[in-house]
Amino acid sequence: MRRSLLPLLLVAMAATTGARAADDGSAILAQRCAGCHSLTGPAPQNLQQLWGRKAPDLFYAGNKFRADWLRAWLQKPTRIRPAGEFYADHIRRGEKGDEIDTATLTPHLALSAAEAGPVTDALMRLKAHDDLIAAEKIESGSISKSMGEMTFDKFLGCMTCHEIEPGFGGASGPELYTAGRRLQAEFIASYIRSPQAWDPKIWMPNKHVSDTNIVKLVHYLSVLSKEPGDAK
Amino acid sequence: MPSKRCICAVLLLGWSMAFAAIGKETAVDNYRTYCTQCHGLDGNGKGINIRDMSVQPRDHTDAKAMSGRSDDTIFKTIKEGGPSIDKSVLMPPWGDTFSDEEIHDLVAHLRQLCKCSFGKEP
Repeated sequence: MRRSLLPLLLVAMAATTGARAADDGSAILAQRCAGCHSLTGPAPQNLQQLWGRKAPDLFYAGNKFRADWLRAWLQKPTRIRPAGEFYADHIRRGEKGDEIDTATLTPHLALSAAEAGPVTDALMRLKAHDDLIAAEKIESGSISKSMGEMTFDKFLGCMTCHEIEPGFGGASGPELYTAGRRLQAEFIASYIRSPQAWDPKIWMPNKHVSDTNIVKLVHYLSVLSKEPGDAK
Repeated sequence: MPSKRCICAVLLLGWSMAFAAIGKETAVDNYRTYCTQCHGLDGNGKGINIRDMSVQPRDHTDAKAMSGRSDDTIFKTIKEGGPSIDKSVLMPPWGDTFSDEEIHDLVAHLRQLCKCSFGKEP
C-alpha cells in the first residue's frame, strides 16, 4: 500500500513545486515586466494604443515562443527588432535617408537563471490564442536555402522589413534569422496567415500567402536558424 | 409624424456612423505608422528599410512620377499591392489594414505630398 502511494506522492509534490515556480514567475512578471509588456491583452485596437505600446505583447507568449529559447534569452537578452518597438519612434532623418536613432533604444533587462526558469514557466502558461494555433498544422519538412529565399524575398517580398542575416534585410520588423529557434512553427504560420488576427493594428500587411507558401516559409525559417553564422 | 421604427432606424444609422468615425484613423497617422518604414519620414522613398531592397520605393514627393498615376491606380496599388498594376511585389497589399475610406484619404495625402494631380505637375 505504502509503495503504491509513493509515486502518487512524488507526482503530487512535483506538480506542487511546478505550480509554485510558475506562481513565483507570475509575481516577477507582475513586478518587473508588466510596466512595458501587456500580460492580459487585448492588443492595441487603434493607433494611439499602438504608439503607446512600449514592448511586444506577452499575453499569448505560450502560443508564440519556444520555452528553451525564452529561458536562455531572458538571461542574455539581445535586440530582436533593429528599430525597436514602435519603429517610427526610433528613426531620424540622415544624409542618405532615414536611419535608426540608436540612442533612443534601451536594452532589455536580464534575469538570473533562478528567475528565468519560473518566468519562462509563467509566460508559457499565457495562451490567449489557442484558437489560432489550433487552426494550423505544420508537417515537419525542409526546403533548400536558395528555394526558401526565393519564396521569402523574390515572390513575397518579406525581406523588405525583416533581416535574414545580421545586417541584411529590412529594419522595421523583427529579425527572422533566429525565428526558427525563437518561435513555434504554428505561430509563424498563423501570424503570416493573418497578422491582424494577432495584432489588429500591426504594421505588417496581410499578403494572403497560400498554404503551400506558408509551409515553405516555416521550413525556410527553420533552415535559416540553423546557419552557423546566424547563431546567437 | 415619423414612426417609432423610423426613429430607431435613424438612431441606429447615426450610431453606426459615429462608430465608423471613431474607428477611422487619419491619413497622416496611417502614413506615419505603415508607409514611412519604406517611403520615409518625408515621403521621399528613403525609409529605414530601403538599404537591401532590389526595387526602391516610390518617392511620393516626385511630382513628375506621381502625376503619371491616376487616383484610381494609386488606390488600387495601396489596397491590392504593386503586382496589381504590374509593379513590384515589395509594395504589399494593405486591404486588410485600411478601410476603403482610409485609402481614399491616403490618396489625397499623397497628392498633398507630391503637390500634383493626375496629368498635372505643379
